[in-house]
Amino acid sequence: MNQYVLEMIGIHKHFPGVHALKGVDLRVKPGTVHGVMGENGAGKSTLMKVAIGLYKADAGTIRFKGEEVSFNSIHEALQKGISMIHQELSPLPYMTVAQNIFLGREILNRFGLIDHKAIDREAGKILEELQIPISPSRIMGELSVAQMQLVEIAEAVSRNAELVIMDEPTSALTEKEVDHLFEIIRNLKNRGVAVVYISHKMDEIFKITDEVSVYRDGELIDCRKTSDLTRELLIKMMVGRSIDQFFQKSKAKIGEIILEVEGLSRRGVFRDVSFTLRRGEILGFAGLVGAGRTEVMETLFGIYPKDKGTIRIKGKKVDIHSPYDAIRNGMAFLTEDRKRSGLYLNLSVRDNIAIASLKEHLKGFLINHSKIHSICEQAVQTLSIKTPNLEQQVMFLSGGNQQKVLVSRWLATSPEILILDEPTRGIDVGAKAEIYKLMSTLAQEGKAIILVSSEMPEILAMSDRIVVMHEGVKIGELTREEATPEKILHMATGETLATFQEAR
Amino acid sequence: MSRLNSKLLSILKKYSILFILIGLILVISILSGGVFLRITNLLNVLRQISVIGIISLGVTMVIITAGIDLSSGAIVAIVSVVVASLLQSPTAADRLFKGGQPWPVLPILIIGLLIGALGGLINGGLIAKFKIPPFVATLGMMTFARGWAFIYSEGRPRGSLIPQFEIIGQGSLFGIPNPAWILLICVLITHVILKHTLWGRYTYALGSNIQAAIVSGINTNRYILLVYTYAGFLSAVASIVLTARIGSGQPGLGMSYELDAIAASVIGGTSLSGGIGSAGGALIGALIIGVMKNGLDILNVSADFQQVMRAIIIVVAVIIDVRKNIKRS
Ligand SMILES: Nc1ncnc2c1ncn2[C@@H]1O[C@H](COP(=O)(O)OP(=O)(O)OP(=O)(O)O)[C@@H](O)[C@H]1O
Ligand SMILES: [Mg+2]
Repeated sequence: MNQYVLEMIGIHKHFPGVHALKGVDLRVKPGTVHGVMGENGAGKSTLMKVAIGLYKADAGTIRFKGEEVSFNSIHEALQKGISMIHQELSPLPYMTVAQNIFLGREILNRFGLIDHKAIDREAGKILEELQIPISPSRIMGELSVAQMQLVEIAEAVSRNAELVIMDEPTSALTEKEVDHLFEIIRNLKNRGVAVVYISHKMDEIFKITDEVSVYRDGELIDCRKTSDLTRELLIKMMVGRSIDQFFQKSKAKIGEIILEVEGLSRRGVFRDVSFTLRRGEILGFAGLVGAGRTEVMETLFGIYPKDKGTIRIKGKKVDIHSPYDAIRNGMAFLTEDRKRSGLYLNLSVRDNIAIASLKEHLKGFLINHSKIHSICEQAVQTLSIKTPNLEQQVMFLSGGNQQKVLVSRWLATSPEILILDEPTRGIDVGAKAEIYKLMSTLAQEGKAIILVSSEMPEILAMSDRIVVMHEGVKIGELTREEATPEKILHMATGETLATFQEAR
Repeated sequence: MSRLNSKLLSILKKYSILFILIGLILVISILSGGVFLRITNLLNVLRQISVIGIISLGVTMVIITAGIDLSSGAIVAIVSVVVASLLQSPTAADRLFKGGQPWPVLPILIIGLLIGALGGLINGGLIAKFKIPPFVATLGMMTFARGWAFIYSEGRPRGSLIPQFEIIGQGSLFGIPNPAWILLICVLITHVILKHTLWGRYTYALGSNIQAAIVSGINTNRYILLVYTYAGFLSAVASIVLTARIGSGQPGLGMSYELDAIAASVIGGTSLSGGIGSAGGALIGALIIGVMKNGLDILNVSADFQQVMRAIIIVVAVIIDVRKNIKRS
């Protein structure tokens, strides 16, 4: 019996202009959950990609079950018994859920042709066993990010690997699904499977991991037993300093109503959603995956047409048929799916940040490049975006840094109404605190903010009011004072506040 | 050390196409025993590449939107016969419109340019509004415009153009042929559009990720329309230059120019998957194609074999491009 299932020693990895891994180690014991933490760009994903043979290490040794390995492809790693859930989901959008789950290991019938029926059936079994409520015949591209994430979890778990690497598997999931995933992980553990668990969410790390390795700037800071750690210690290891105030919510003056939504409906998606938003206010939107929060925001922003309902901005009824109209009316929308509707992967960091605010920086017909340059430099500073320079194509940034780029894009438009859909997805603690501070400042300046989030602590700490949705309907609204995690969870599963209080 | 290496590598990569051009010029100069470097020959190369160069600028913008334009050559033809028919001297034997003096040159040029722009506008409209794939829409325009060129000219070349017009293609300024000047102006204008205007930046954005572009508040339809219109316009410019140079309008003109233009664009680093490309790159691409063609001519390589060589160069260039833009890990 080997002491470690996976052992990586002195791993180095260079990219043009970046020394991503500077001789780091990782040792994972069988049957344990090994947390991996570190700031955005610390090298976590890169290390994992080296482990499964997606990248070649420039130097270092990798041992799997005691045997020295150097995989040439993911396929090889899979066959040896390592599967991975990637941070950047890469589903084949035009194929079904079942086909995605069985990609690369299709079931063949006796004529050597793909047996679609069997694949559907087996995929159905896998999903059912894991209690994931998604039909295997659905088209992947139609799923929400959270659902895609669940499918990827199903895929990785169903491969009977001895080591499952999960790179931020819960970034799009709500608490309930996270609990569910943890159950799956505990089952794996009982079967002796080891799990490497990358996450920026402290709660999860303390709940599920046995050991934690912390990385910073491509170096291993320390590997400790989770039970020996505290939150403060962990943050200090990650950031190199302590953060005194994580959720910074300063008192903002609540002003006049700026946005009024009445009876907003989109057939088959959500119906009759009404709410108001005031200047200086942060309005939270809570709910489970599939509650329709994102869809309401997409409709509000003109990405999809509404079937019914009126939208008033500053008391005036407005017609919003496209994001162009929405932006003209002072809105900004940080979308949840950063790859599909956010990033220009092959364009530069500069273009990605500036694109939505270019219009404001013209000299005649020409773009004021020096102004744009200073805005981008400023953004990189504020959120400490890790990039060698502004010309770097955004595809080469780490996931969290890509998210920061998108946040910067919308802040640069200086909107009056800022809609943030999962703004801190995949972002490290330091930058999270920075974003919360920014939100507070914006509110104090009289901006109005809508915060859609599946992170309960975030919603509770930052919102002045919280709208709770369930299956396309607004269940109710809680003030900051009223809101508790229990109340929100109950409402999110469809109970109204009244029935909840009765039950008490 | 490895940092230095990677830096060197990225510089090499960034300017790889320029190095290829320089290498090509060196090789051909040596093989031709210096004939290539004679001033008359160099001016000749400039004259030869102008037409493809101008077209490839528009095509580059189209490809940056992740589209394609197959209609450039046919637009060259229709513009050529229309402009020529209106500029035949009163004594021309094959004159299409009998009697009277031709109009002044300028309004006729404008008519030609408008026809080109209109062709592009229709392309753009089909693509943006009716969501027809660019390949299909511009393929349609290609046969449509070519057909009209033959119908309009009754299938015959229209020559004996007035000399004031022919200057555009045959004259020169400060020793440099006029077509080269026109190319240079077009390169500069396109460069400014791409790098310094909203239109340009939005073109990159919508080519890179159209869904994200829509969410960023870009009126994608408008800019797609604009890009194809501009490509049609540039094809018309190229047509005028070519018609003036050869002194006649021909319905068969510009055959397969669209492919040369696409090749120039891709050799110049434009990515067929959209979002990447530049005016300077297109110019260098056109130069590579032109220099190679001229060099092979000097070396007496047969036209058939030249075709084969060109295919190889294009494929190699695209391989380099793909390697440069590998994005998935
Ligand atoms: N293919 C690549 N080319 C160039 N640089 C890269 C590439 N992949 C990663 N990098 C760089 O390497 C560093 C480490 O990236 P990595 O994705 O491993 O970070 P991470 O720790 O997973 O961060 P996050 O928490 O944001 O996911 C970053 O600075 C990133 O920009
Ligand atoms: Mg990562």
